[in-house]
Amino acid sequence: MGCAQTTAEPPFALTLRESNTERLYCLSGQAQHLGLMQGMTLSDARALRPDLITRPATPELDQQFLRALARWAGRYCPWVGVEGRDGLVLDVSGSTHLFGGESEMLADMRMRLTRAGIAARIGLADSRGAAWALAHFDEGVAAPGDPLPTLRPLPVAALRLDGPTCVALERLGLRTIGDLHDTPRAPLSRRFGNGVLMRLDQALGVQGEPLTPLPDPPRYGVRLTLPEPIGLSADVMAGLARLLDGLCDRLRAQDMGARVLQLTLRRVDQASQQVELRLARAMNDPAVILPLFERGVSAVEAGYGIDQLRLGAPRVEALPPAQIQSAIRQSEEEGVASLITKLGTRIGLENVQRFLPADSHIPERAHILAAAAFSEPAEKWPRPAALPPRPLRLFAPEPIGGRATGPGREPPPQFRWRGMRLERVHVEGPERLTPEWWLPSEAWQNGVRDYWRVETRQGRRLWMYHTPQNPGWFVQGEFA
Amino acid sequence: MSADFTAVYPLKRGRAHEVCGPGATYFAASCCNSSPKPSMWILPDWSHEALNPVGLAQYCDPTRILLAKAKTQVDLLAAAEEALRSGAMGLVICEIYEPLSLTHGRRLQLAAEAGRTTGLIVMPEGMGSNAAETRWHCTPLSGKAASGSAGNPLQSGPEKGLDSTRQRWDIIKNKSGTLASWVTDWDATSHRVIVVSKTGERSRAASAPLGLRADHG
Repeated sequence: MGCAQTTAEPPFALTLRESNTERLYCLSGQAQHLGLMQGMTLSDARALRPDLITRPATPELDQQFLRALARWAGRYCPWVGVEGRDGLVLDVSGSTHLFGGESEMLADMRMRLTRAGIAARIGLADSRGAAWALAHFDEGVAAPGDPLPTLRPLPVAALRLDGPTCVALERLGLRTIGDLHDTPRAPLSRRFGNGVLMRLDQALGVQGEPLTPLPDPPRYGVRLTLPEPIGLSADVMAGLARLLDGLCDRLRAQDMGARVLQLTLRRVDQASQQVELRLARAMNDPAVILPLFERGVSAVEAGYGIDQLRLGAPRVEALPPAQIQSAIRQSEEEGVASLITKLGTRIGLENVQRFLPADSHIPERAHILAAAAFSEPAEKWPRPAALPPRPLRLFAPEPIGGRATGPGREPPPQFRWRGMRLERVHVEGPERLTPEWWLPSEAWQNGVRDYWRVETRQGRRLWMYHTPQNPGWFVQGEFA
Repeated sequence: MSADFTAVYPLKRGRAHEVCGPGATYFAASCCNSSPKPSMWILPDWSHEALNPVGLAQYCDPTRILLAKAKTQVDLLAAAEEALRSGAMGLVICEIYEPLSLTHGRRLQLAAEAGRTTGLIVMPEGMGSNAAETRWHCTPLSGKAASGSAGNPLQSGPEKGLDSTRQRWDIIKNKSGTLASWVTDWDATSHRVIVVSKTGERSRAASAPLGLRADHG
């Protein structure tokens, strides 16, 4: 069912990379007829059928689609579960008569699926095991009460047994379910354990098997409707406090934390206003979240009054209860996170940043700036012992006049920088840095740089470089 | 006139201070050490003089610095007030580019008091407000210039080479003490600022930096 259907002439298959090999993951009917099999390596399949068309499989999307299909299947019965990677299991007991009987229901199902372009195999029986066997090996409806006559001719693999067990059973001459059923049970369970007989009993309905329906996805939204419209910020905050309590209870019950909160205020004239709060980290404590809303709520235009509040959490993250390390540290982290959120509402959450070290010898690439809300601080700042001191400020290289002098091609003894006439007293260098050839950059077009630390008589300590391949002097940083 | 350096540095907690001059970045970086809590550095997002954490690492731990970037002076100050008031930070450094009015300065002062957090405004010269607790002027000195202006040989060992971090720190406004100036240096072994020499005579000490400042324009 998860397989894309194709009506084109050449065989079609989806491939999936498993342990370094591309294998066929799902095949069209055409491809199956031509002798291709699931699990075959792609190169083998190509050797057999050079005209095979393949696309990479996306199991996550398949799962998403399967879940959508499960919701659709809710039209036939309330109990729908997912079976394996490409199946649905429906408990239709008591609902078939609504469609005029079992076979009519299957016909309706098949018709709708076909219209949607989905190829499906459907089996219906008293037990889950028998329905599985029918859906996978011989479509149809088993007679109510006794599925054995229908199941008899099916191979033992229809009992959901693993490969080695099937092979072992076939070696013993037990090829079909009928064979297995007619064999004395004691030797079977002595040889194969309880698994085989359990599957057989489950298929025949002797042993029950529960069906787990898909749980409803949790919804994080609460609403408050007011008999009289309100207009004061304090009133809105009071209403919001009630909503937050409800929402946070729900979040806490599922060990989740909200990352984005959306408050929708509906006014009497049906217009609505939204206040969005992006939190610096997942939170589910109403006392911490409430003050963060203050700025957003104060900016709301109440108009003729607000008569409905709705609070939703469109983005949630898992927030498992963590070991409390120390109360002080806990409250400190909480405080920093609240501060980041508060600043985020004013200047944007991505404008609160932190430094992360980066592995590069190019001074401007030796660190990166990451949004503090979406990154963890580095454990420790790496400090290579051999690295000469680096300036506190870096800026885009500013050219200065002057020519290299002396045997070591030292910086000019006097130069002008930012309108100041500076005189060098002491220099140290050069430190040659070569551009990273694997990352072309415009700033490094002039080739290698010889960096000098220059101390001026006027006190400024500058980081200058000379580009010998393309003579010129530049100031790129300041040490103080 | 002599003043005790340790009375004014590290900066008084729960107050807002100001620093200007060409060595202000170094001054701010050296202050980040004084609290176990993280520091926040608020700066205009269009500033082309980026902080370099590799350089900062000599004086403080860059992993404990948060940056906040804002567009306008109003946003910078609002962010600074929020950060000061929250009490989650040990030090809040705010770089401004327009003169600070008395109202704004006073608000920051109140926020610093409320959050028991130290505030430090890094600003161009002459833009401070009267509400500041202290105002510092930092001028880097070359090794020779320092010895020349002091007029007497330095007590602390041999002439330091290029890696010197020698600066003249003048305290040019002090609400609860006297004005003074010191020649300071960074001691890499003890990881703190030390006073190199006592510049007791204010008349002689003041003449040198003034001359330098005129040079800078």
